[in-house]
Amino acid sequence: MNTVWAISTVVIKELYRRKDFYVLLVLTTLLTLAAGSMSFFNENTIVRALKEICLLLIWISSLIIGITTAARQIPSEKENRTIFPLLAKPVTRWQVVLGKFLGCWLACGITLIVFYVFFGILVGAREHTLPVAAFAKLMWMQWVALGVVVALALLGSVVLSAPGPNATLCFIVVLGVTFVGPHLGKVSVGLTEPAGTLLYSIYFLIPHLEWYDLRDIFINDQILPGNAACFMATFYAAAYATLLLVLTWARFRRQNLNT
Amino acid sequence: MMESVVQLKNLRVEYPIASGSSVPKLAVNGLSLDVRQGEVFGFLGPNGAGKTTTMNVLLGFVNATGGEARLFGVNVREPIARQRIGYLPELTYYYKFLSAEEILRFYAKVFGIERMEADRRIDRLIKLVELEHASKRPLKSYSKGMQQRVGLAQALINNPDLLILDEPTSGLDPIGRMKVREIIQRLKNEGKTVFFSSHELGEVETVCDRVAIVHQGQLREEGRVADLLAKYKTGLEQIFLDLIGYKPQAIT
Ligand SMILES: Nc1ncnc2c1ncn2[C@@H]1O[C@H](COP(=O)(O)OP(=O)(O)OP(=O)(O)O)[C@@H](O)[C@H]1O
Ligand SMILES: [Mg+2]
Repeated sequence: MNTVWAISTVVIKELYRRKDFYVLLVLTTLLTLAAGSMSFFNENTIVRALKEICLLLIWISSLIIGITTAARQIPSEKENRTIFPLLAKPVTRWQVVLGKFLGCWLACGITLIVFYVFFGILVGAREHTLPVAAFAKLMWMQWVALGVVVALALLGSVVLSAPGPNATLCFIVVLGVTFVGPHLGKVSVGLTEPAGTLLYSIYFLIPHLEWYDLRDIFINDQILPGNAACFMATFYAAAYATLLLVLTWARFRRQNLNT
Repeated sequence: MMESVVQLKNLRVEYPIASGSSVPKLAVNGLSLDVRQGEVFGFLGPNGAGKTTTMNVLLGFVNATGGEARLFGVNVREPIARQRIGYLPELTYYYKFLSAEEILRFYAKVFGIERMEADRRIDRLIKLVELEHASKRPLKSYSKGMQQRVGLAQALINNPDLLILDEPTSGLDPIGRMKVREIIQRLKNEGKTVFFSSHELGEVETVCDRVAIVHQGQLREEGRVADLLAKYKTGLEQIFLDLIGYKPQAIT
């Protein structure tokens, strides 16, 4: 566990030393501007639209940080040859995969906290109330979904070693799964066999990231899913991420690495 | 009988077919070796002989396609086989955004060395490789020689019983070479085993107890340096050239 933790701290250190977190700063500024300008409007629809923009910004930028960070971890360890002194120690490749995952996922968590704290302060300042519990739930669910995304990008990075194409593919998959995925179930009902069953199986097998996107419910002041539902969703995501990590390891485990 | 530290039995490594070639590349072809405790063992051979490949198998980077490789009697497929070894790659690169101190601390954690002990070792190693003035700066500001010294320090962090060095002196200035030789000598005096590859045969002659000469993935000769010199009645360099079948060509 020590090793996994040590590897993950290196991931996070790299992020802030490489000034990647500066992107965060820029985005937070944008967020501040967008949210701050809410005070100039009394029109409720505009305020709502601004909130929507803020949440969309948070959603997209945390996705970008999660995917790009995870996609480059193992390839850059190989390219910079830092993997060799590491694996020459009594370190298993499973520990490397897990450490990388943990580092990227924690980085996502840090990003989300920064974003949501800012957003929360701005919303709270305007509305004089702060639905802390709702915010926490929104953030937690997003973070859990990012766990699946990071694991997917890690798996991609041991199959396609070029980080660029892998990151692009991950984006497409995540967007597809989130926006198209939910409709597959309905579409499959109207299809003839075996296309219907096939489509339904796909619907069943893809990760249901749409469950974790609670933005609309939040903005419309509808009731967020209960704790039990969130717990189940967390469990599902954990199982899915574990599966992806095991696949990553299975692929990476016996790969020849040439010094 | 001394403990066998590095043990290769009929090792075979075949690389899959690379682009531009039609047959798989047989990099190591039935290599058997035994390096015993306390020896400084020189692993020699021309470019492409299979030295790095053999070391990569020992470190678990590359899978053997046949035969067996063991470190301290443990199959190299087990990560625990690497608990007591230190390794310096042929080309050394470390996390550029970390300082020498942070890198050493990271590797100490990986070995499960507790904090106080790690602090002591890091201090000592930074002094040993003379990086006191730069130990807190990120590695991206280091020269090549300085990075190589970080490499040497990280290879020693776990106080290893076996050191595997792939061309440790290539790319170093004379002072750096001397330093590496001193460190090898010191480790030998402490009863440690050193297994290293090199093209500097003069250097090998002075520091090694035993050498192996490989060519095209096969063992051509192996023995104590003194015995080989007596047997062939010539220098190591000439022995090397004869064994790999090098014939000087007339320059016209
Ligand atoms: N990844 C690879 N795929 C295919 N062939 C390879 C690969 N790596 C090495 N080889 C081949 O295997 C042989 C042995 O290479 P190796 O790097 O082990 O030699 P070496 O003894 O370390 O040489 P040098 O003194 O130049 O470092 C060479 O013919 C090389 O071309
Ligand atoms: Mg080599």
